[in-house]
Amino acid sequence: MPRSVNSSAARSSGRAARAPRLPGAGRRFEGRRWTPLGFLLPFGLLFAVTYLAPICYAVYESLFKLQRSGLGLAPPTETFTGLSNYTAALADHAFTSSIVRVVLIGVVQVPIMLGLALVLALLLDARRTPAKRLFRLGFFLPYAIPGVIGGLMWSFLYEPSISPLTQALAHVGLHVDFTSDGMLPWSVGNMLTWGWTGYNMIVIHSALKAVPGEFAEAAELDGCTGWRLAWHIKIPMVRPALVMTTVFSIIGMAQLYNEPVLMRAVAPNLSSDWTPIMAAQNEVAANNYHAAATRSVLLALVIFILSFGFMRFVNKRGAAQ
Amino acid sequence: MSTSRPAGRTGVLAVLVLAAVYSLLPVWWLVVSATKDSSDLVSSSGFWFSGHFQLIENISDLLGFQDGIFGRWLLNSLFYAVGGAVVATLLSAMAGYVLAKYRFRGREAVFSTVLGAILLPAPLFALPLYLMFSATHLVNTFWAVFIPSVVSPFGVYLSRIYAEAAVPDELLEAGRIDGAGEFRIFRSIALRVLQPSLVTIFLFQFVTIWTNYLLPSLMLANDRLQPVTVGLVAWKEQRGQTVPYNLIITGALLSVIPIVVMFLLLQRYWKAGLASGSVK
Repeated sequence: MPRSVNSSAARSSGRAARAPRLPGAGRRFEGRRWTPLGFLLPFGLLFAVTYLAPICYAVYESLFKLQRSGLGLAPPTETFTGLSNYTAALADHAFTSSIVRVVLIGVVQVPIMLGLALVLALLLDARRTPAKRLFRLGFFLPYAIPGVIGGLMWSFLYEPSISPLTQALAHVGLHVDFTSDGMLPWSVGNMLTWGWTGYNMIVIHSALKAVPGEFAEAAELDGCTGWRLAWHIKIPMVRPALVMTTVFSIIGMAQLYNEPVLMRAVAPNLSSDWTPIMAAQNEVAANNYHAAATRSVLLALVIFILSFGFMRFVNKRGAAQ
Repeated sequence: MSTSRPAGRTGVLAVLVLAAVYSLLPVWWLVVSATKDSSDLVSSSGFWFSGHFQLIENISDLLGFQDGIFGRWLLNSLFYAVGGAVVATLLSAMAGYVLAKYRFRGREAVFSTVLGAILLPAPLFALPLYLMFSATHLVNTFWAVFIPSVVSPFGVYLSRIYAEAAVPDELLEAGRIDGAGEFRIFRSIALRVLQPSLVTIFLFQFVTIWTNYLLPSLMLANDRLQPVTVGLVAWKEQRGQTVPYNLIITGALLSVIPIVVMFLLLQRYWKAGLASGSVK
């Protein structure tokens, strides 16, 4: 990127020196100063409306509170309350426990999913694996299915009355109720693993393909093959892809919403504030807009801290090695 | 190499086959179940066809159900996804092109802001957007879903990368010397060179909009405006009391087909997008 900046700078200054010889060139050059603005404006305006404004609006709203007069006759008024909405949200057991719940699910589910994705990517990258294209397409198919529809499908597969899985397990003497309290985190985690392993596998696999073949060949000549080749050569080389998929998975966990909402359709025992976004949406439904805004801001902060924290942690360890 | 030993190779194959079964079995169940009527859905084996093949009847029942609301949902989804993705692609192409090819103050600041927006997930913005749109009475209109759909920070990121790599400065200079205006240069030179990457951006945005659930479910209470994802989930939440399960399953299958077909047809384009995501 710096290269192209320099070359275009050199070129445009060269052109400016030549400019007076071309009729009207000076005017065109002046006009070009505004061109970037004109091209950026449509996207920029809409970006401001849909990304920047909501953040500012949520932060602003989170600092106010609806104050009702003693008798409740006058319309409620908005009063500034500083950070008291935040202390209230952090003291709200339902909200904090929804965060803890999602973190715990993530701690188990993300390593399982990424481990599986890595193993499959390595197998597809190994030279003698048969029918690679077919397998890759098969693993990727769940990603092509919209998350909500995938959730809808699994909610049927979990529903005790029609679940072919429950029936099949009962045949071998296992009686599993996917909708029971204890199973809920596992059932939701499985929906996520099913939906996202293929995507992560593709990302890791395309990073593996970028590793120059000579590395693997040299290692193989030295007798480093199979899993040792994967462990010592390939995995370290796709570390950036692993970091990226981990960060995206952490972010994905924080926005957990679709799967548990569909789970609720078969498991009424799943509470309506099961995940942070569900908890925030509960507040919207109860017309507590200020509380909802506060929870959204807190959630954004948690995501920011977690994903950037993880990246810094990884970078530090990378630097130490 | 361990995979050259027969036992190792069998092990590898077993892992691959197991993972493939895990990936495909639920989809297979969906296809098989869409061919059954309500009673066969409960009584027959879930992973195989029952005696009579009901798919056509299910589809015609589904399309006739509640004054054909399902067809309306499909059209809504198509409209949001195609319209939103076309506009988003154009806006991203313009912004990314300028960020790659022009030098101006604040360029890096703009690009960093866009990158930051990619890192924060869209669902996080859905609730604040809802609060903001309900304050401005945009909620429950077409625009409440369409406006957020035409903004794609990821598209801007992709188009900047592509424009940097694929649009030669010499070509732009030649256009300028020939007296073409800046927009004309963009339209007739840059857009043409960028065409393959525009397909990638379009594809990603189409899929994002088509699969979106949280935003439209918050914004749209009027079921005539809802996309197919919101409509189907609302049916499912009634737990089979008003809409029979076989119709919901058939609906789920129909709603998935356009997107799977698109993925399969445009494989090389999404691969390009994923690959550039991983070098970030």
